[in-house]
Amino acid sequence: MAEIKLETVAKTFGTFTAVKGVDFTVDHGSFFVILGPSGCGKTTTLRMMAGLELPTSGRILLDSEDVTALPASARDIAFVFQLFALYPHMNVRQNIAFPLRCQNYPRAEIRRSVEETARLLRIAHLLDRRVGGLSGGDRQRVALGRAIVRRPKAFLMDEPLGALDSEFRRLMCGELRELHDRIDATTVYITHDQLEAMAMADRIAIMNQGRVEQIGTPQEIYDRPGSMFVADFIGAPPMSFLTVQATLQRGDRSIKVDGAPVEMPQLFEDRAEGSFALGVRPENVSFADASSLRGHVIGAEYLGTTQIVTVTTANGQIKARLPSGNTVRVGETVGLALRPDKLSLFDAISGLALPSALYAGDRDG
Amino acid sequence: MAEVALLDVSKSFGAVEAVRGLSLSVAHGEFVVLLGPTGAGKTTTLRLIAGLERPDQGDVVIQGRVVTREIPAERDVAFVFQQYSLYPHLTVYDNLAFPLRSPARRTDEKTIRRRVQQISELLHIESKLGNRATALSGGEMQRVAIGRALVREPAVYLMDEPLSSLDAKLRAELRLELKRIQRELGTTILYVTHDQIEAMTMADRIGVMSEGALIQLGTPREIYERPNSAYVAGRLGSPVINLIPAELLGNTLPPRVRTVGLRTEHIRISPADGPGPRAQVHWVEHLGDQNHVHLKLATHSLVTLADPGQPLRAGDQVSLEFESPLYFDQAGNRLGTDGLRGHA
Repeated sequence: MAEIKLETVAKTFGTFTAVKGVDFTVDHGSFFVILGPSGCGKTTTLRMMAGLELPTSGRILLDSEDVTALPASARDIAFVFQLFALYPHMNVRQNIAFPLRCQNYPRAEIRRSVEETARLLRIAHLLDRRVGGLSGGDRQRVALGRAIVRRPKAFLMDEPLGALDSEFRRLMCGELRELHDRIDATTVYITHDQLEAMAMADRIAIMNQGRVEQIGTPQEIYDRPGSMFVADFIGAPPMSFLTVQATLQRGDRSIKVDGAPVEMPQLFEDRAEGSFALGVRPENVSFADASSLRGHVIGAEYLGTTQIVTVTTANGQIKARLPSGNTVRVGETVGLALRPDKLSLFDAISGLALPSALYAGDRDG
Repeated sequence: MAEVALLDVSKSFGAVEAVRGLSLSVAHGEFVVLLGPTGAGKTTTLRLIAGLERPDQGDVVIQGRVVTREIPAERDVAFVFQQYSLYPHLTVYDNLAFPLRSPARRTDEKTIRRRVQQISELLHIESKLGNRATALSGGEMQRVAIGRALVREPAVYLMDEPLSSLDAKLRAELRLELKRIQRELGTTILYVTHDQIEAMTMADRIGVMSEGALIQLGTPREIYERPNSAYVAGRLGSPVINLIPAELLGNTLPPRVRTVGLRTEHIRISPADGPGPRAQVHWVEHLGDQNHVHLKLATHSLVTLADPGQPLRAGDQVSLEFESPLYFDQAGNRLGTDGLRGHA
């Protein structure tokens, strides 16, 4: 277990700044996910934590010790790339033992550590099998075993499940998280898949263009996105936005959308006339004949118990998650009701959320 | 009338039976999706219809005409592949016009212009007509590739995972667009995918395939609510349906039931003193709009949905209530609520 702290860490490659001053702390024993699109700087950040890149500025602390300039081998950290890379000519035992043998551990200790690791991963019965004949899941477990056998202070994982198909990925998500809890590890995990992040993380840092946009628990980030970027990156389908021109006053509890008043959480800021985006998640949209916020249905996508209905309005497209029992006809005009206490309002130019009762609410997690 | 029909078609490659006794008909204006894992025979089925493969047995019928012995060019079909292959040296306009300019068709330029214009508007790429194909984004390229099939008006469009090379966001957008276009043009589409979301959201009917055979054919709702087997039940729904051994649920079940299928939304969690079977919360997964609660019922793992507001922690004891259970027999076939083979 370890605490990892980054203090205004930045990295420049030539004229390109990949990471622009990142600050966060990964707590002892927590599962921390860095989430973002490709090119956002998440892999560079992880590589600096591992000691594979030297920061241009800033400090990295591992259990309060400044490790910024230490090479990877001097940090007690395991770096896990895609999990499939095994040595095909070795059996399971030799694969798991490999990192210890490289560091000249005594034979008896290697044996004990390997067997204990195999028990943790529930692959003890496979120790003497060749890796070639194993199922995909067992191969992943062996690869994991090789990462945890040294019992490092922290695991850094760079999209370890990226190459797997979606069903298997879901399964491995559960196993990874369970393993993390069982061995009391500190894990930093990188992905561009928001579902993976939501499913596994204690806390998520969302990165965009070299900066951290928001850090929080999955539920916090989902319920109170700090920017339109975050709101749009999280959720399937993501948050919908209605663009409105308005002048806003502290204390406002509603906003006019195409002439229709829409209730929202009380606003904590005055804003001059400008362009704003009202954000709503699909499960907080319902149809209401009486509503003066109107739109017409352009598509309904059946998903089993629920359906996603896409509605265009004068102010933008809205997606609603409705029970699939509701009959929806493409082309029909409908009234829309938005759940007032769950709406976010963003500055459409800067993309940042405006302070409101929603954002002042209790923090969970 | 059936636009395309397969009559008891089989095809082997060496010792591998890729398609086994497949019968299927696609009606005019219908969107049928073949769903199955890699190796289920989906792509071979499309290739048999297109004439890229010849069946060992059975017939292919297009618009009432047996075409089994005809070459691809003689069949009235258009094929869209997974990887968009555009002519890089041509503009978007010329890429779209290309199929119409084929010597076999000899369409006049005025008709071509009208048709290309119409299709590009439908696909929202009308502003890109003058661009080189290589100057487009991935999503635009795939739209041009689909557009190149759409400029022709064949009896049927055959599409082989046309969205799978795109990122999640674009895929969601094009799913909606493709369905809209199909509805507006009234085209007939046979579409192959391993993505259950694509199948559920676009199909009029889904055909679930496994090991070369068609296991069940029906509307998305039929397949989701009334799967004929445990296999089909497991193909649709995310997270995947819980299949629970009958002995864990006591002896109140109909006879012959070996497995009970419960979708995640059909398991309700109540306090531990409730009447239902007891389980332990193993892990709570936060997805924002919902939580997935992973439970242990004796040694068996279950997943259910819960509202994010519901306070649940790992280790909590709960009792379970079930609704709309699906019953399966020893062989995995679905039984009625009375334990007989049926359509309850």
